[in-house]
Amino acid sequence: MTVRAAVVVFPGTNCERDCALVLERLGAGVELLWHTESDLHGADIVVLPGGFAHGDYLRTGAIARFSPVMDAVTTHARSGGLVIGICNGFQVLCEAGLLPGALRKNRGLSFLCRWIEVRVCNYGTPFTGRAEQGQTLRLPINHFEGGYYCDDSTLAELQENGQVTLRYEDNPNGSLEDIAGITNAAGNVLGLMPHPERACEALLGSEDGVVLLASMIDSALQAA
Amino acid sequence: MTETLHRDLGLTDGEHELIVSILGRLPNITELAMFSVMWSEHCSYKSSRALLSTLPTEGEGVLVGPGEGAGVIEVAPGAAVAWKIESHNHPSFVEPHNGAATGVGGIVRDITSMGARPIALLDSLRFGSAGGTRTAYLASGVVGGISSYGNAIGVPTVGGECIFEPSYENNPLVNVACLGMVETEIMRGRADNPGDLVILYGSATGRDGIGGASVLASAELGPDSSDKRPSVQVGDPLTEKLVIEASLELVAKSIISGLQDLGAGGICCPASEMAAKSGTGIRIDLEAIHLREADMAPFEIMISESQERMLAVVSAERAPEVLEVCRTWELEARVVGEVTDSGLVEVVVSGEIAASVPAAALASEVPLLKRETGRPEWLDDLRAAPNGDDPHSDLGACLLALLASPGEASARWIWEQYDHMILLGTVVGPGGDAAVIRLPGSAAAVALSLDGPGRLCHLDPYEGARLAVAEAARNVACTGARPAAVTNCLNFGNPERPEVMWSFQEVVRGIADSCRALGLPVTGGNVSFYNETSGRAIHPTPVIGMLGALEDAGAAVGVAFRAEGDVIVLLGTTHPDDFGGGDYAAVVHGALGGTVPHLYLEHEQALHRLLAQAAADLLLSSAHDLSGGGLAVALAESALAGGLGFRLTEAEADMETHRWLFSESPSRALVSLPPENLDRLRTVAAALGVPITTLGEVGADTLDFGAFEVSLTQAAAAHASHPFGVAP
Repeated sequence: MTVRAAVVVFPGTNCERDCALVLERLGAGVELLWHTESDLHGADIVVLPGGFAHGDYLRTGAIARFSPVMDAVTTHARSGGLVIGICNGFQVLCEAGLLPGALRKNRGLSFLCRWIEVRVCNYGTPFTGRAEQGQTLRLPINHFEGGYYCDDSTLAELQENGQVTLRYEDNPNGSLEDIAGITNAAGNVLGLMPHPERACEALLGSEDGVVLLASMIDSALQAA
Repeated sequence: MTETLHRDLGLTDGEHELIVSILGRLPNITELAMFSVMWSEHCSYKSSRALLSTLPTEGEGVLVGPGEGAGVIEVAPGAAVAWKIESHNHPSFVEPHNGAATGVGGIVRDITSMGARPIALLDSLRFGSAGGTRTAYLASGVVGGISSYGNAIGVPTVGGECIFEPSYENNPLVNVACLGMVETEIMRGRADNPGDLVILYGSATGRDGIGGASVLASAELGPDSSDKRPSVQVGDPLTEKLVIEASLELVAKSIISGLQDLGAGGICCPASEMAAKSGTGIRIDLEAIHLREADMAPFEIMISESQERMLAVVSAERAPEVLEVCRTWELEARVVGEVTDSGLVEVVVSGEIAASVPAAALASEVPLLKRETGRPEWLDDLRAAPNGDDPHSDLGACLLALLASPGEASARWIWEQYDHMILLGTVVGPGGDAAVIRLPGSAAAVALSLDGPGRLCHLDPYEGARLAVAEAARNVACTGARPAAVTNCLNFGNPERPEVMWSFQEVVRGIADSCRALGLPVTGGNVSFYNETSGRAIHPTPVIGMLGALEDAGAAVGVAFRAEGDVIVLLGTTHPDDFGGGDYAAVVHGALGGTVPHLYLEHEQALHRLLAQAAADLLLSSAHDLSGGGLAVALAESALAGGLGFRLTEAEADMETHRWLFSESPSRALVSLPPENLDRLRTVAAALGVPITTLGEVGADTLDFGAFEVSLTQAAAAHASHPFGVAP
């Protein structure tokens, strides 16, 4: 069977075409889903891609969480379906309450687009099945608001449950505990600031993003 | 209406008389405002058009030349790209963040209007000396504006240049270039069929940017420039992103027959240009235009430069489809008028004609000016002044000073604020000689570079312009690409002053001669005059935007040394006295004088062919253009980019050390390659007549020049210097 991925497009989302191209190359069937849709059209995976949903006006992700499609995304997530939020998508997931915490402005108070390394901290998630013990991944970041933050009790929970999935090797943005990506408690929703879709081709600088995206497709296949 | 209103709007008495004779009556205020923007220097090119017509515009692959939203060039079979540069200098001085942001927005809509998806942006920036009182404010505002707008619309900013020079103290330059890929068909700004409808879509029309073209861009600025802030437009990148998507969908579905963006001159500009080009007329109903604020006067609506707006022409039957596409992208769209056979731009308010002007008169009948030219009297003294080629007792310190100078230091602090990776095409990103962008759905790539050597053009505008074209072409050639087409942005002072007009004439002659010699068509560009504040002009600054074509993106070559043991080779010939206007002269000796480096275009072209051949044959590990700071800086940059040192074993015996290391002779490149490829490189070079000199080898963590050495760590620290002293 073919895994079906719905890539959600809010007004101002801009990484949807990149995500679609890469997921198709990895064997998934992809549908771009405009934010006013109320149905996921049977998708196995929901992708909230990077960009500036609704212009990031008010606060990143703050308006996007009210887009009609988010009800369907929430239902999908609550019933165990796979959801990945990349960069702006991570911010939307936090605003929507599907992931705990929030993303603050970078420590340096400027936008940062650069290659960084992250360490995979939990190999047991649906998004890290192909990662090896101790593996670091070379991925790009591209954000102004990427500093993860949450309160102490939430942080303790995240660590206890193994929800911290990715940590920066050299923290670029002031993220709490070097956190670059987390899952929800059930493990089926991942939010991460780095862009794995930009690191799926040696010619562009790295193929490490495949580890995360192909693991996700593997998991969807197993679940089917 | 007062008799002098036309002067307040920037029209001369002579122009006013001509308008009266064209209309056969006095113009009303709306008509006068329409003429004032369309006949402004910025929109009409009245001082420059005659000279610009001497530029070569035809060549292999040119599908659309100057005169449309952007030039279109076929760079690989079936792959057509739109390429253009624009200035947004004055707005960026008055309000740096929004001035620069809307500069990005404007060029992106130009590219989109051709039916091309914008896939790369580059910026050429000039500010006053890094220590200047307003420099940090202006530079951080401009970079922030480009970052916030370019990143949000999802177009990667992949390269450019940023130079700090006292000449730009009160006149920063913000030139933005954009490349687009034609997705289905090339669109044009046409209104061919009377009866067709005219649809305005995008942002609402407000009072921002009233008179941007005439008030801001076509006059000098003075101490009261901040009063002109209401003339600067405010950008909304979210809407721009939606405008791009909606426009490309309208083109892809072949719904519309004409498309033009609204920029300088507001709706007046596309209405008059589209009608004039097609020999038709356009009637606009002002009450149909969606406004941001109530009670705007007709003249304000006609010339408002509110951003993120497009004007489409469509048959009456298909007009609902346009409205539907815009609705799906959540954009406001309204039928605001129709194409007529009257030859007039007519403005209707409450059913009455509020303005009626021949479209051709607005678009192309401005009286061209034959501006007086005069060679500056100070030029001979300047050329007789020291060229800054004196030796120095500590060349290692000279190198570190050059690497740390604001013009040579790493621009990483700038380009890390730009998304340079989106769209998955960035094979070679910022920081090298040229960006290499793989075309969507293709194995082919383009190489893009901007170059504008103001100091060289100050010393010698003709030779400086030739050197600018040569260097821009060499930059793309170093990646392995074939230089294919030029767009240019010509930044000058007040054309009413003879010495400014003389330098303009010399620069255009230099671009024309060098482009002809190198077989490069000029497919479009922009002229920005009046870059002077309180009577002080900038250096003549032609920014050359070079487009190169590369058959195989995978064969692109970067500047970084890649492997220990690779041989380092210099291609081309070093002249010992090429210091005038250069970085060694400026940084080490504070000198700006003498004559500029010698350029032989046949040597230049042979070098480009050698670089392309060597790249295609996969002979090279790296290639780097020699420019500011000469061989020494190029060696250091290749070492720093690769994190690998080098050891030079051979020197040019007949020259003082500082001459062969720091002279800035053009037509040279530094390459590194596996030793086993050297014989093949020699063979190709000999066939093309390019001298090659082996210099040493890559390895270790020292920059070992033989006569002196610097550690890689020291060099890296110098190169990471921030122009405003901010810790990295």
